[in-house]
Amino acid sequence: MAYVEKFKGPHALSGKEFTYCPGCHHGIVHRLVAEVIDELGIEGKTLMVAPVGCSVFAYEFFNVDGTVAAHGRAPAVATGLKRTTPDKVVFTYQGDGDLAAIGTAEIIHAANRGEKITTIFVNNAIYGMTGGQMAPTTLLGMKTTTSPYGRDVNKEGHPLHVSEVLKELRGVAYLSRNKVDTPQDVIKTKKAIKKAFLAQMNNIGFGIVEILSTCPTNWGLTPIESMKWLEENLVKEYPLGTFIDKVGDDK
Amino acid sequence: MSEKVMVKGTEAIGEAALRAGCRHYFGYPITPQSELTEYMARRLPELEGVFLQAESEVSAVNMIYGGACTGKRVMTSTSSPGFSLMQEGMSYIAGAELPSVFVNVVRGGPGLGDIQPAQCDYFQATKGGGHGDYRLVVYGPESLQEAVELTIKSFDIADKYRNPVLILADGMLGQMMEPVSFPEFKDLNSFVDHSDWAMVGTKMERDAHRVTSFNIDPYGLEKMNIKFQKKYKEIVENEKMYEEYMLDDAEVVIVAYGTIGRIAKSVAKMAREKGIKAGVFRPITLWPYPYEALAKHTDKANMFFTVEMSAGQMIEDVKLAVNGKKPVEFYGRMGGVVPTPGEIFAKLMELVK
Ligand SMILES: Cc1ncc(C[n+]2csc(CCOP(=O)(O)OP(=O)(O)O)c2C)c(N)n1
Ligand code: SF4
Repeated sequence: MAYVEKFKGPHALSGKEFTYCPGCHHGIVHRLVAEVIDELGIEGKTLMVAPVGCSVFAYEFFNVDGTVAAHGRAPAVATGLKRTTPDKVVFTYQGDGDLAAIGTAEIIHAANRGEKITTIFVNNAIYGMTGGQMAPTTLLGMKTTTSPYGRDVNKEGHPLHVSEVLKELRGVAYLSRNKVDTPQDVIKTKKAIKKAFLAQMNNIGFGIVEILSTCPTNWGLTPIESMKWLEENLVKEYPLGTFIDKVGDDK
Repeated sequence: MSEKVMVKGTEAIGEAALRAGCRHYFGYPITPQSELTEYMARRLPELEGVFLQAESEVSAVNMIYGGACTGKRVMTSTSSPGFSLMQEGMSYIAGAELPSVFVNVVRGGPGLGDIQPAQCDYFQATKGGGHGDYRLVVYGPESLQEAVELTIKSFDIADKYRNPVLILADGMLGQMMEPVSFPEFKDLNSFVDHSDWAMVGTKMERDAHRVTSFNIDPYGLEKMNIKFQKKYKEIVENEKMYEEYMLDDAEVVIVAYGTIGRIAKSVAKMAREKGIKAGVFRPITLWPYPYEALAKHTDKANMFFTVEMSAGQMIEDVKLAVNGKKPVEFYGRMGGVVPTPGEIFAKLMELVK
């Protein structure tokens, strides 16, 4: 019985069934964020901003007050939330299309201001919700519905390394790139998410965790193949690591 | 009400917002309203409020969205090109039913245009601008005293209907100086309680509040829209404002809003001196438009004469009100040119000949 109780998942999740495809990492990331919220005991004062993308329903999956921002605008909305209620914990949850294309200005300026918010950035190198179009993070040579011959550096430029761009900004208090395809990585990512929240709660600055993620549906691979593809291709282009950590080890 | 003080238009609106209880301003500089942004930058810290200069109007409007989600009184101001950028956010704000106050100090357009006073954003302000079936309450003040009163009212109306409200001013109103008296500061604890829907944290005592314009189910979204339309109908029934000036016996009804409405009063006086019975109908709410009040004058008047600083945008509403019963004439200047009373009068004389 206790086991069944536990399996229900973290309290910060509403229990509403996820809408993600089999093998998609959005669900794992949701669970980790919710576990962190539980462990930090902040569920009652957390406000979330869901993006436009496959995770548009995220505000229904969490047990916290939430809203949905226009495509890419989540960091600005979160800024408005935080500045009007500084005692709350505010986080955005964004895909790479949302954050790295239409919302580049908003994320750079929120990070640079050192806005006391937290961003969970899920990078699957493609637009999921709209059916697999090219994202700024799409790899060179990678075929998508809008780069059917493979992304060409002369036409579409280079994959955008968001974390490497943000690491130059002095307002950032915590920044790391992770993945969730192995149990060890899941544990590491959860720690990273916690730090990104602590960066905000300890009033140090902006916290962000980039999480490399799968999109089996639009990559045209099985969930297992997707994990392999992530390891062999995504990780090579986007090296994992902690770029900024002003939080330290003791809370 | 305090003693009268000489202030500039942009500052009058800013001070009025503060007295209305606005403690959160997000904006981006653009002529001819930058002094309003600057005024808030100076005054808000004095009142322990929040001023933040966004990186763009796109961001500013989304910060307003976030601020309004928490149920706080929030405001932004801009001028035409900036207002265009805010349209995305306006639609989301209207769709999420968030109380918020906007000021558009209109300048000549289209495009980058110039920085002179104009009324060429009337369509954008009153007929949408953003996507979807939504409405803003739009006020067009003619003087600084009226701007102060309407700014304060805007916050109450926004709260009452959970809807964005727009003050549509022009560069003239923004830049002129006039004596104004301000009301006392409102008690910040006296406002509509939004805790039944706002994002203030669950305290783990209730279900999560989900504030959004999103509804993936077409029947659900239609239901949402039906609710919006009901609210808009209520606003139409209760919130129309207009001024009638020398209209009792008027044969010519000059229709104009904002600072041109004020100029029109001088024109009506000039006409009366020449024995022409002219009066002015000045809509104060541009949405909801006071159609019925204007239509009443079709019985007595022979002619309606619309004057605008645009190619003719409000004239469509005047025609809707008059409904073909009497001729509706027009005089307009564009590009930020302000028509003089003499010029308008000359056109009027031509028309009545
Ligand atoms: C202004 C605007 N432009 C475009 C869209 C269409 N759109 C919806 S989701 C999406 C891509 C989302 O991709 P990503 O952020 O990577 O999230 P994912 O679905 O992959 O999780 C796009 C382009 C929109 N909703 N709004
Ligand atoms: S389309 Fe891709 S990103 Fe979206 S839910 Fe499916 S697998 Fe996940």
